[in-house]
Amino acid sequence: MEIYLPIADLPVNVFLILGMGLTVGFVSGMFGIGGGFLMTPLLIFVGVTPAVAVATVASHIAASSFSGVLSYWRRRALDIALATILLIGGILGTGAGVWLFTLLRRIGQLDITIGLSYVLLLTTVGGLMVWESVGAIIRARSGKRAELRRPGSHTWIHGLPFKMRFKTSRLYISVVPVLGIGLIIGFIGAIMGIGGGFLLVPMLIYLLRVPTSVVIGTSMVLTLVTMAMATVMHAATNHLVDAVLALILMLGGVVGAQFGARAGQKMPADRLRLLLGVLVVAVGVRFAIDLVLPPSEEYSIRSMDRAP
Amino acid sequence: MRILRAIALAIACAASAPAAAERIVSSVSTHQVMITSDFSGLDLVLFGTVERDAATVPRKSGYDLVVTVSGPKESIVTRRKDRVIGIWVNAESRTFIDVPSYLAVMSTRPIEDLVSIDTARRLQLGLRRTLLPQQIGPDLGDTGGDDPFRVAFLRLKTAKHLYVEQVTGVTFLTPALFRATIPLPAEVPVGTYDIDLKLFADGVNIARANSAFEVVKVGFEQFVATSAQSNGVLYGLATVSLALMTGWFASVVFRRD
Repeated sequence: MEIYLPIADLPVNVFLILGMGLTVGFVSGMFGIGGGFLMTPLLIFVGVTPAVAVATVASHIAASSFSGVLSYWRRRALDIALATILLIGGILGTGAGVWLFTLLRRIGQLDITIGLSYVLLLTTVGGLMVWESVGAIIRARSGKRAELRRPGSHTWIHGLPFKMRFKTSRLYISVVPVLGIGLIIGFIGAIMGIGGGFLLVPMLIYLLRVPTSVVIGTSMVLTLVTMAMATVMHAATNHLVDAVLALILMLGGVVGAQFGARAGQKMPADRLRLLLGVLVVAVGVRFAIDLVLPPSEEYSIRSMDRAP
Repeated sequence: MRILRAIALAIACAASAPAAAERIVSSVSTHQVMITSDFSGLDLVLFGTVERDAATVPRKSGYDLVVTVSGPKESIVTRRKDRVIGIWVNAESRTFIDVPSYLAVMSTRPIEDLVSIDTARRLQLGLRRTLLPQQIGPDLGDTGGDDPFRVAFLRLKTAKHLYVEQVTGVTFLTPALFRATIPLPAEVPVGTYDIDLKLFADGVNIARANSAFEVVKVGFEQFVATSAQSNGVLYGLATVSLALMTGWFASVVFRRD
């Protein structure tokens, strides 16, 4: 069944889009991430312009993270104080990201920026994930205990000023790195069409030592609010959010996520991280190939009057 | 109304050329193409007849017709990728100012066989001879046929089925009755489309007529597209509420605790 997307200005097969939503939802439920880094490339692959894809995926991630936030909220597995400080940074970052997005689109360098950011970010983060999880699996095989970081161990981050107490996370840390992390996630999220969960969770665990019990719920709050803000800002400045496309993606996404979550619970954590790492690297490499190989068509045209 | 106007114009043309009293009367199958949620392109049928009167000289070679359909004007940037430190990035660009967003040229025979090259150029017959003004410094000008950006622009528009050239697109069913199809792709832009018909006999343009049709988005598509453009913030808020509702709905339906 073909349906005409009003903003992307293109007819698509409803079941294809629904299937993409389901698949990405499954993956995101399995790993506890938003899945934007998969959804945006997939949309670009079926012919949606990168600009529309990034803006629309923001609303899709808002939907999936909201259902996540609700279930973590019921279990009280999130740190409101920490999330609030992250959000202040996140909203500023999103604003800056949308501004840069608009500027890049005007000068015709948006697509390449999205491509390059995907390559750099995904191969680095994915590489680290693979490295870390392979190490963990080898350690587990050889019978050694994983070296746990002592909760009291200090890094340079703990020497920063403006300290604040976060009761739920049992932390007493400076607000500067918290704001900074929020800012970075909001900024790249707005440009790349990703929620940033796969970046935020490791940052909160390794840099701020946020307990794992609250880390996913807290990161989802930030994802939810920055992606909701990004949707409104992209809609207001660039008029690129396709509500019809977003709705189909959301419906597939939230259903897929439920099945993914069940599949994820059956798999050991380090195996799961390795799989996610491989997936992240693969998407990054896919973008790298496009950038390096000579394009089949060197020219491109874009209307200056119409939206996409 | 448009048909009447077309007829009036045809009469005016005929009056200015007393030796050739032919006039074209034509119409399209619909004057309003509606883009609905299941729109996947449409073939619009154009039909008409060449009317003669007693004073009309007989044409031994018969008639030839060139139909040019042009969509709403838009400005389009054409960019070229170049290799910079190993990766392909958009480097040079040219801007085409107020060019047709859609352009279809249909004729009874290849245009080169129909009229002299000079006439074809003067009347802008065919995609290659259509004026495509570019921004060149402070001025506007057409670089002409071989400019790589112009060639690429035509190639990309043709690949998207937004520029079409059919050298046998017009068929004369009888010596006077003709028919042509205007292929509108799914991505056809909304706006007013002009149809320009030029009648030729023995390589001379003997009559001309104009008609038009409209492409509009209707129903839900129209509503979504216009609200996205005119009420961006509200539209964004509505999309977010939709997202939140979907998320909430999912968490209620699949609640396990």
